[in-house]
Amino acid sequence: MGLVLLIIIWLITLVSTYFFVAKTWWLPVGASAAAAGIDHQFATTYILMGIIFVAAQVFLGLFVWKYRDRDSAAKARYTHGNNTLEIIWTVLTFILFVGLNLMSSSIWASERFRPAGPGALQVEVTGMQFAWYFRYAGPDGKFGATKPELIDASAGGEAAIGLDTTDAASKDDVVTGTMYVPVNREVELILRAQDVIHSFFVPAMRFKQDAVPGLAIHMHFTPISIGDYEIACAELCGLGHYKMHGMLKVVSQAEFDKWLAAREAEKQ
Amino acid sequence: MASFTTTVSISDPSTVLGRNDIPPPTRDGGGDDHFDYGSPDFPVRLRRARLGLAVGVTGIVMIFVSFTSAYLVRQGLPTLDPRTDTLVHDWLPVQLPRLLLINTVVLLISSVTMELARRQVAREATLAQVTSIPGVSLGREDKIPWLALTVVLGLSFLTGQWMAWRELAASGFYVATSPSSSFIYLLTGMHGLHLLGGVFALLAAGAASLLRRPVESRSIVLDVTGWYWHFMAFLWIYILCLLEFAR
Amino acid sequence: MATREFAAHESHAHAAPQGFIRKWVFSLDHKVIGLQYYFLALTAVFVGMFLSLLMRIHLIWPSVALPLIGEIKPETYLSLLTMHGTIMVFFVLTTAPQGGFGNYFLPIQIGAADMAFPVLNMLSFWVTFLAYLVMLGAFFVTGGAPLHGWTGYPPLSALPSAGPGEGLGADLWVISIALFCIGALMSALNFITTTLDMRCKGMSLMRMPLTCWAWFITAILGLLAFGVLFSAGILLLLDRNVGTSFFVPLVTVNGQLAAHKGGSPLLWQHLFWFFGHPEVYIAIVPAMGLCSQLVSAFSRKPIFGYKAMVYAMLSIGLLGFMVWGHHMFMSGMSPYSAFAFSVMTMVIGVPSAIKTFNWLGTLWGGRIRFSSPMLFAIGFVSMFVSGGISGPFLAQPVLDIPLHDTYFVTGHFHLIMGVASIFGIFAATYYWFPKMFGRMMNESLARWHFWFTFIGAYAIFMPMHYLGMAGHPRRYSQLTELNYLHALVPLQKFITYAAFVTIAGQFIFLFNLFWSMKFGKKASDNPWEATTLEWTTATPPPHDNFGGHTPVVYNGPYEYSVPGAPRDYVMQTDPTTVAAH
Repeated sequence: MGLVLLIIIWLITLVSTYFFVAKTWWLPVGASAAAAGIDHQFATTYILMGIIFVAAQVFLGLFVWKYRDRDSAAKARYTHGNNTLEIIWTVLTFILFVGLNLMSSSIWASERFRPAGPGALQVEVTGMQFAWYFRYAGPDGKFGATKPELIDASAGGEAAIGLDTTDAASKDDVVTGTMYVPVNREVELILRAQDVIHSFFVPAMRFKQDAVPGLAIHMHFTPISIGDYEIACAELCGLGHYKMHGMLKVVSQAEFDKWLAAREAEKQ
Repeated sequence: MASFTTTVSISDPSTVLGRNDIPPPTRDGGGDDHFDYGSPDFPVRLRRARLGLAVGVTGIVMIFVSFTSAYLVRQGLPTLDPRTDTLVHDWLPVQLPRLLLINTVVLLISSVTMELARRQVAREATLAQVTSIPGVSLGREDKIPWLALTVVLGLSFLTGQWMAWRELAASGFYVATSPSSSFIYLLTGMHGLHLLGGVFALLAAGAASLLRRPVESRSIVLDVTGWYWHFMAFLWIYILCLLEFAR
Repeated sequence: MATREFAAHESHAHAAPQGFIRKWVFSLDHKVIGLQYYFLALTAVFVGMFLSLLMRIHLIWPSVALPLIGEIKPETYLSLLTMHGTIMVFFVLTTAPQGGFGNYFLPIQIGAADMAFPVLNMLSFWVTFLAYLVMLGAFFVTGGAPLHGWTGYPPLSALPSAGPGEGLGADLWVISIALFCIGALMSALNFITTTLDMRCKGMSLMRMPLTCWAWFITAILGLLAFGVLFSAGILLLLDRNVGTSFFVPLVTVNGQLAAHKGGSPLLWQHLFWFFGHPEVYIAIVPAMGLCSQLVSAFSRKPIFGYKAMVYAMLSIGLLGFMVWGHHMFMSGMSPYSAFAFSVMTMVIGVPSAIKTFNWLGTLWGGRIRFSSPMLFAIGFVSMFVSGGISGPFLAQPVLDIPLHDTYFVTGHFHLIMGVASIFGIFAATYYWFPKMFGRMMNESLARWHFWFTFIGAYAIFMPMHYLGMAGHPRRYSQLTELNYLHALVPLQKFITYAAFVTIAGQFIFLFNLFWSMKFGKKASDNPWEATTLEWTTATPPPHDNFGGHTPVVYNGPYEYSVPGAPRDYVMQTDPTTVAAH
């Protein structure tokens, strides 16, 4: 029985670790400025935890086999423990865990403690059951007023977020269902939710933030490679949660300007 | 290393040292040394009931601590008004009904009568052990119905709270009018429910008295209800202060 | 050995009740109440497991029509996951280890005749039972069961118009949870008083079996945590039915302006997780205590670092109240408090690691007997490690950005809180079954059950970590909409197949349980040659636990292989004692 346990525990450890090491399933390729740092921290954590995982399972398997009860076995060691050992492994784990945490704190600080830079492109993201809408302020750089009374989800576009078209600032606001952003320029998101909590999740950007009704949450990220990226909702928001997705298109600055101008023209 | 001794006899367990030098069967290290199997004696039951009450009160305190934190957070946290796109506070300060002061006085008096009732029955319980000895008689004790008085005062307090609710509603503050009024109804209501539990316990003790149950059981019920009642009075003062000073 | 272990002292009252109703239904006997809790949890775990099976089927065959049930709709999937989570967390993981085994064995292990307040104990059970019925009732009302997940985040959970099941079903859900809180609070009160006040002579706190420590600490956690959930539930109920705005700001749902304004959805999350994180330990700490007990007993070795184990559990309990914010890194909470919560979370990993080291230390140099309880205890250690090491990933807010609310989290908490705790429950069942029913469970069936469950649980939950890394969000009823999920479907299929096999394995357990009650081999009073008090009394224990005697304790709980002792174990009641070393 001890041997079977040893083999099974080791086998499970081996198989689990294999898929981690082979990266059969892994984080999608990072496409934002923060991705490299996050991935590096992930890899560090993963190596350290991997060592602990393998070591603990290997010793567990080894001990149950080695110290199995059999006729030739010696009597069990009579010991109530060892305080020196307890102190050593308490201190070591403490240093390891808290140290690991502090290593990641600088990335967290740069992502979340500072606001977006002055040149950032502002995009207002509104989550609702079950769609994402994106609003650009237009040439005046100001978002127009919205009114909950004007919300008409079935009409889509501007009406879906309840844009008050009588407001001067809203004349040049562009509301779309697909998010366009220029590459290599910081994007400042203003996250809102109309009904329940949603979560704006773009795996490739290593970006996730809940959109909470009653809050306008400012967050930022910088896309660094051109391409199409899927946006998912990562907070249970109702029966259509699984189909609440959108598309993030990272394009060159020129292409972005062209696209935005075309949207403005459509409005006129 | 360890050694195993078989020389110590059971008749003298106190000389045996366990590992880590904990003297095994001592009064304070271990459990209680009353062999309270089956029906434990009065002091043990009283101590146990009081301990249970203290633990239970901790649970109730946690309920009101979370209400308090919800109160302070809800009061201090502005939310986004989508109409104006600004952060706004929607907390309307409420003028508490004057009646609450009268209710407070009633509850405090009831706490005093409760204490007198508690002491009355505690004395009875002590005397019961003496008077059970044949031939011993202590004459008639004064029999002021402190217990009944407490029940009446408790019910008056609850009625008063109800009237305070009516007064609030008359001045336009319903449960859903403003978070401030929601919390007033909530906190007074939850406190009232807990106090009502105390009233039921007192009624049970009163019924036990009428049914001529052993005075010890009644004494224990009254004792813990008494402490519970004082806690309720204290809790009410706390709630009142919260509502008045953190408007 | 027999009666010499007890201080001769006659019992006075506390006669066993005779009628069926008083004996088995409205019983005041902690042993019967323990069994009632246990069987409540047993039905709940099979309901919860059945729900999870339906979910797994729907995920990979979304349009298949099942017999009797028909096709599962996306909203039904969400109801299933809500009810699966709620039933498993409350009515299995909280109920079986604490209400079930704690009730049955805490008084016996500390040498008491019953719980401190037997009537309250009975009430706790019946309130819990009522809560269970109300919870199940949510399935049968108009609109069906709620779909807001076991965490019930408002506004989704606060507005009947936010989805099917958010009407009466959601009300029943909240009421059931509030009732459960009341039952749990009463039960916690009983456990704490019993542990503090009813230990027999010689049973100092530091001589209590680690199981008792675990139940005691769990009760303290419950006492402090369930009141908070109760309050949150009351607030939610008011928001839902009276029109208050504690949690709901001005929102537009289904094109309608809801009649709320100014509430804070995050307030619910704070209150819920202030309860929710200690709840994780309420589920796992009893299993930790039990596992310590078993690893020691079946290695025939004293537990390695008894005091370290006690302090580790105490600090886990204490720190458990300071880390709730790590569930909310992505919620819009201040990033500064996120940082503070993350440091505390890493610190809580330390006592958990200490426990693992001590279990390995106990095994080291032992003489391990592979009886079925021990297999599950070893399985527990393995699961605890595997589920635990994903914790430091999720505890870092930076890594939580890609991992939060993905299957990585699902895998993490299922391994550590779900499977590890369930392994504790299984181990406890195999270990104490002889004491409870006077018969042994079938050992070969138990082994088959172990292999199915051990390998099966890994096969189900390990791949979920891979799904999460690839960015697969939780609580998606279909995998068709997001393109990058298509590549992950084979892995989802594998998980479903593994779930089929694992769940099939559980019927071995069910059969073994009931078959052994009737036909199992007769058990002796101490079949495992263990040292704690429950093994000194008759099997099954008499109504007053020790047959009119009060035990006196002379030794620590885990005196195995004491040099010079006549046998390789020294009972706690053995007056011939172990001298200090």
